[in-house]
Amino acid sequence: MLNIKNLHVSLEEEDKQILRGVDLEVHAGKVHAIMGPNGSGKSTLSYVLSGRDGYEVTEGSATLEGADILDMEPEERAAAGLFLAFQYPVEIPGVGNMTFLRTAVNAQRKARGEDEVSAADFLKQIRAKAKDLKIDADMLKRAVNVGFSGGEKKRNEILQMAMLEPKMCILDETDSGLDVDAMKLVADGVNALRDAGRGFLVITHYQRLLDHIKPDVVHIMADGKIVKTGGPELALEVENNGYADILAEVA
Amino acid sequence: MALPQAKLDATEARLAALPVPDGAAWAKAAREDALARLRAMGLPGRRDEYWRFTNPADLILPEAPEAAVFISTDYGPLYDVIDRVKLVFVDGVFDAEASDDPVAAGLEISRLAEASATDIHWAKDLYGTLEARGQVPVQRPLAALNTATATDGVLIRATGKAEKPVSLVYLHRNTTSDATLHHVIRVEEGAELTVLENGPAAARFNKCMEVDVADGGAFHHIRAQGRDHERRAVTHMFARVGKESTYKSFTLTANGVLTRNEQFIEITGDNSVVHVAGAALGDGDFHHDDTVFITHDAVDCESRQVFKKVLRNGATGVFQGKILVKPGAQKTDGYQISQALLLDEDSQFLAKPELEIYADDVACSHGSTSGAIDETALFYLRARGIPKSLAQDLLTLAFVAEAIDEIEDDAIAAEIMSRLEGWLQRHR
Ligand SMILES: Nc1ncnc2c1ncn2[C@@H]1O[C@H](COP(=O)(O)OP(=O)(O)OP(=O)(O)O)[C@@H](O)[C@H]1O
Ligand SMILES: [Mg+2]
Repeated sequence: MLNIKNLHVSLEEEDKQILRGVDLEVHAGKVHAIMGPNGSGKSTLSYVLSGRDGYEVTEGSATLEGADILDMEPEERAAAGLFLAFQYPVEIPGVGNMTFLRTAVNAQRKARGEDEVSAADFLKQIRAKAKDLKIDADMLKRAVNVGFSGGEKKRNEILQMAMLEPKMCILDETDSGLDVDAMKLVADGVNALRDAGRGFLVITHYQRLLDHIKPDVVHIMADGKIVKTGGPELALEVENNGYADILAEVA
Repeated sequence: MALPQAKLDATEARLAALPVPDGAAWAKAAREDALARLRAMGLPGRRDEYWRFTNPADLILPEAPEAAVFISTDYGPLYDVIDRVKLVFVDGVFDAEASDDPVAAGLEISRLAEASATDIHWAKDLYGTLEARGQVPVQRPLAALNTATATDGVLIRATGKAEKPVSLVYLHRNTTSDATLHHVIRVEEGAELTVLENGPAAARFNKCMEVDVADGGAFHHIRAQGRDHERRAVTHMFARVGKESTYKSFTLTANGVLTRNEQFIEITGDNSVVHVAGAALGDGDFHHDDTVFITHDAVDCESRQVFKKVLRNGATGVFQGKILVKPGAQKTDGYQISQALLLDEDSQFLAKPELEIYADDVACSHGSTSGAIDETALFYLRARGIPKSLAQDLLTLAFVAEAIDEIEDDAIAAEIMSRLEGWLQRHR
C-alpha cells in the first residue's frame, strides 16, 4: 500500500536535514505504529507524505499503491486515498465544519470521477458518524475546530477520516490530549475502519493507545531514520524502559 | 483663508460644465447655499489630508473620463427574486418605462426633478441640510457640488412599515456619461424602509443620499456597485439617526477603477444602532475607498463599522474610519474593523482608523489588519482533498463573511454571496 524508500528530506528555508533515509512499507489491512523521541522526525514524515510546503525531498521515494505521491499536489494525494490526522488540527474561522466536510468529500469524489453525494445522504452519514464519536450537532455547525477543546479537535479529525474513507490513514499523536473515554471513542473509530483494504500508520508516544488499536508492526524512529522494527512487544519495551536501551543497541 | 488659485480654477472649470438647475424657491435656495459652500471649500485636491490615499483628479475633471460599458451575460439582474418597487436610472436619467409605478403601502415616492419645481414638499427642509451638517469637521466638497447641481433623484418618505423595498437600479449605457443624483429619505417615527441600490450608473457617478431616521425608525440599505471596471464613482450617505432607531448599510463593490464611498452618520437619539459594512473585491487597477465618520451624540448607542477588502494584482484598498464620541454620549458601544486580504504582494491597503472620545463611560474598539491567505489553513483544506483554488475561495469567503453577516435579509445575503463567489471564480 504505502511504500517509502530511502527518504531524505531537508527544510527548504534552511540547510537542515530532518529525514535521513526512511524505509517503511505498510501493507493493506495492517496497522503500523511509529514511536520515537521528540524531534526524531515523525511529524515531518507525515507532512512530507501529505504534501506540505517547506520541505525538500533530496533522495528516495514514496508511493501509494504504486503511484508516486511526492509528485502530487496535496489534494491529489488526498483523492488518491491518503489521509493525515494532524498532530495540531488547524482552526479555520468562518468556514463551517459541515460545509468543509461536504466540500472535501465531494471534491475527492469528483477527482475520482464519482458522482457527488446528495445533501440528504451526506447529512445522514455525518450525523451517524458524529454520534459514534460523541460530536454534537453544535460542533458540526461551528467553524472548523474554532473553539474546540484539544480532545474535540482530535475527535473531529477522526470524524473527517470516517467520512472520507481513505485507503491509507496516518494518525499523528491523535491520542495526545485525550481523556480516557475519548481515547476509547477514537480507538473505536479507528477500529471500525480497519479492513483488508486499508492501511494505518499510527504515530504515538504511548502504549495506551496501542492497547486499543492493536498494531501489527511497531517501528522506532530516531534522528530521521527507522532504527528498529518489531512486533507489538517493541511498544511495551519502550513503555517500560524508554528509548535509551534501543538507541544504544542500534548505535 | 483664500483658496489656492489652482483649486479655484478647478472648481470653476467643473461648475462651468454643470448648469445649476432651476426650481422652486426652496430648491433654488438649497442649491445656491450648496454652491456657496462649495466655492468656499473648493473641489478636493491631492494635497488635501482627507484625500491623501485617493487621488480625486478624475472626479473633479470637467468631463467624465471614458468608461467602456460592461454587459453581464452570466447572471440575471440582482434582486430579481425580491418583490420591490424598482426605479431605473439610465446614465443618471430616470427611465419611467423601465420603472415600476412608485406606489406601495407605507411609502411616498417622488422625483427630485418634479418635486423641486413645486412650492410645497416635505423634502424642502431636508434637501442639502444633512449634507451641510456633514461638512464639519471635515469638508466634503463633492457632496456640496452634488447638492448644487443634481438634476434628479428620488425623494422617499416612509410613513409606516414599507410594504416593499425601494430598489434603485443604475444602468450605464453611454461611455462618457456623467451622472449626478441626489436622493432624500425620511423615515418617519416608527416607520421601516429598505433601500436597495445596484449598478454602475454612468462612466462617472456622483451620488448623494440624505437619510433622516426619526425616533423608532429603521432604515436598511444594501447596495452593489456594478461590475463595470472602468467606471468612477463618488458617493455620500449623510444620515441623522433619532432615538431607538436603526440604520444599517451594506455595500458590495466588485471592480471599478475608482470608487470613493463616504458615510457621515450622526446619532442624535438614545438607544440607537448604526451598522455600516462593506465588502470590496478588486483585481488590477482597482481603487476603492471607504471613508466613514460616525458621531455619537446620544446615550447608550451602538455603532459598528465592518469593512473587508480582497485585493489582487496591484489593487488598492483604502479605509478612513472615525468614531467621534461627543461629551455626554455615555455608554457608547463603538466597534470598527477594517481588514484587507492581499492575494499577492503588489496589492496594498491603506487604513486610517480613528477614535475621538469625549465621554468617560464608553467601550470603543478598533482594529485594522492586512495579510495574506493563511497558508496553514490552506494546507489543511487541501490535505482533505479540496483543490487549491476552491480552498482559497473558501478562505476568502470566510474572510468576507463578517461583513456579509451584517445583511439582515437572508435572501439578499445569499444573492450577494453568490455574486461574490462568482467574482472569485472569475478572478482565480
Ligand atoms: N519548519 C521547521 N523549521 C525548523 N525546524 C523544523 C521544522 N520542521 C521540523 N523541524 C525540526 O525537525 C525535527 C523533527 O521535527 P518533527 O516535528 O518531525 O518531530 P517529531 O518526531 O514529530 O516530534 P514530537 O514527538 O515532539 O512530535 C525537530 O528538530 C524540529 O525542530
Ligand atoms: Mg510530532
